[in-house]
Amino acid sequence: MVRSTPGRASPLKVAMYWASSCGGCDISLLEIGPRLLQLMDMADVVFWPCATDFKYADVAGYADGYIDVCLFNGGIRSTEHEEVARLLRAKSRTLVAYGACASEGGIPALANLSPPNGLFETVYGSNPSLHNPSHIVPQTRVATEFGELELPRQLDHVLRLRDVVEVDYVIPGCPPQADQVWSVIELVASGGVPARNRALKVGCGHKSVCDECPREKRRMKIDSFKRPHLAIPEAGWCLLEQGFVCSGPATRSGCGALCITAGQACRGCYGPTAGAGDQGLALVTAIGSNLAARDEARAREQVAEIADPAGTFYRFSVAGSLLHGRREPLQ
Amino acid sequence: MSHDDEYDDRRTEPAPPSRSWEPRIIAFLCYWCSYTGADNAGTARMKYPPNADIVRVMCSGRIDPELVVAAFAGGADGVMVCGCHIGDCHYIEGNHKTMARVPLLRRVLEEFDIEPGRLIHEWVSAAEGDKFARLVRQATEQVRALGPLRWPERLRAREVAPRPLEALGGDQPW
Ligand code: FES
Repeated sequence: MVRSTPGRASPLKVAMYWASSCGGCDISLLEIGPRLLQLMDMADVVFWPCATDFKYADVAGYADGYIDVCLFNGGIRSTEHEEVARLLRAKSRTLVAYGACASEGGIPALANLSPPNGLFETVYGSNPSLHNPSHIVPQTRVATEFGELELPRQLDHVLRLRDVVEVDYVIPGCPPQADQVWSVIELVASGGVPARNRALKVGCGHKSVCDECPREKRRMKIDSFKRPHLAIPEAGWCLLEQGFVCSGPATRSGCGALCITAGQACRGCYGPTAGAGDQGLALVTAIGSNLAARDEARAREQVAEIADPAGTFYRFSVAGSLLHGRREPLQ
Repeated sequence: MSHDDEYDDRRTEPAPPSRSWEPRIIAFLCYWCSYTGADNAGTARMKYPPNADIVRVMCSGRIDPELVVAAFAGGADGVMVCGCHIGDCHYIEGNHKTMARVPLLRRVLEEFDIEPGRLIHEWVSAAEGDKFARLVRQATEQVRALGPLRWPERLRAREVAPRPLEALGGDQPW
C-alpha cells in the first residue's frame, strides 16, 4: 500500500515492527492523515508486518544498514522480539524506539510486578472462566510428523528496546501524537540523523505535562483521593488538587495534555520528564508533598486510599524504572 | 565508617558463621535535628552498632525517594530516614512531605517485593542522642532479621541485569 511505484527514486527505506504491543502504534502512523501520501512519495516500505507481507527472511537478506529508519514499537517480551530487535538493529541506519512500550516497557511491563510465570498460571491455570482440567500450557517445542517445531520463549520480564540493542531515537507516547511523528519523519527525511546510540527523545516536549495543562492551580492540598469512576472532576481545576491521582507532574510533555483536557487525569504515557530518571519515584515525591494531612496517622490513612501505587505511578514505565520488577526469592 | 573500634562490639567476639553477613544501613539525617542528635549520641559516647552509614542532608524533605532507592540499588540492606519532629522542621514543612512520602514509598516497594521494614523512619531531635542510638540498634536488628536485600541477585533471578545507578541521572533534554 505504501510501496512506491517501481522506477521512482525513493530515497528513504522505512520499516516498522511490533514487538510486545497492542498495534496502536502502527495505527498511530496512519493518523498523520493526508501526509501519508507524502510519506509514500518519499519512502519505500521494506518491512511492516502489520500492513505488508514481508518475512523475517526478507529482512535477513538485506545488507546491513539497508533500512534508513526503523520504527520499532512494543517492548521486548519474548526471545522472538529480542531476535528481531537485533536483526533490525543490524539492518537499520536509524533505529527508533516508537511509543511507550518500546521506550519504557509500557502497559505489558506491568507484568514485571508479578512472578515470572504468574501470567501463565493465571491464563492457563486459575482464570475463573477457564476450563483446562488437564492443565495444558503452551510449550516451546513440539514434535510433529514434519519434525520438531520450536516456538519463541516468553522472557521472565519485559524489557525496553534499548535494554537489548542500541537505540538512536526514542519517541514516547501511547501512542505518539501524529504531528510529532510527522516532525520526526521530516527530520529523518531531511538527513537530520543523530549520532548512534544516544536514545534521544524526540517527538515530545522536555518539561512536564503540568507545563501544558490548561487547568488552574489553586495551591490547595489533597484532602482525600478519588477514583476516576466514582467522582466527576470540577472543570478547570487541577485534578491532583481535587484528589485524582494524576501523573502529570512526573510525566514528559508533548501530548498537549489530551487526557486532562478530556477530564481524565494524566496516565503517564510519555514516561519520565527530562530531569527525572524514575517516573514512579518522582510521583511519590510529588504526591507525597501535596497531602493535606497534618499528622502521621492521617498521612498513612491518605496514602492507604491510593489503589495500587506502583501500578499507577509506573503505569507505562516499570521496565524503565530503577526498580524494574518484582524481586524474586533466591533458591 | 568512622566509628572507633572501641565501640565496635561486633569485633570483640568471634563471628559465628550466621553473623558473617552484617546489615548495611544508609541513614539520611537532617542537618538541624537528627544529625545533631547523632552527634549528641557520639559525644555522649553512647554505644550503638556501626552498621549505619550516615548521610547528612539539609532537611528530611530533601530525601527524595530516588535517594532511598539509589541506596538500596547501591547495596544497602536498610535505609533510615530521620528528621526533626513535626512542628520543628527548620524549613517549616519539609518533614510534612517526608511524613507522607515514606508510607507511600513503602507501599511502592512492597509491590516490588521489597520488605517495607527495610525503610526505617523516625523523628530524632537534636537532644535525643539516646533515641538515635536506640534507633540504630533497633534498625540493625530489624534489618538483620529480614536478611540481606541482595538487590542485584534477586533481579538476575529474573534473567535481567540490574539497572545502573546512572539511570537516575535522567536523560539528556535532547
Ligand atoms: S530541617 Fe529537620 S526535617 Fe526539615
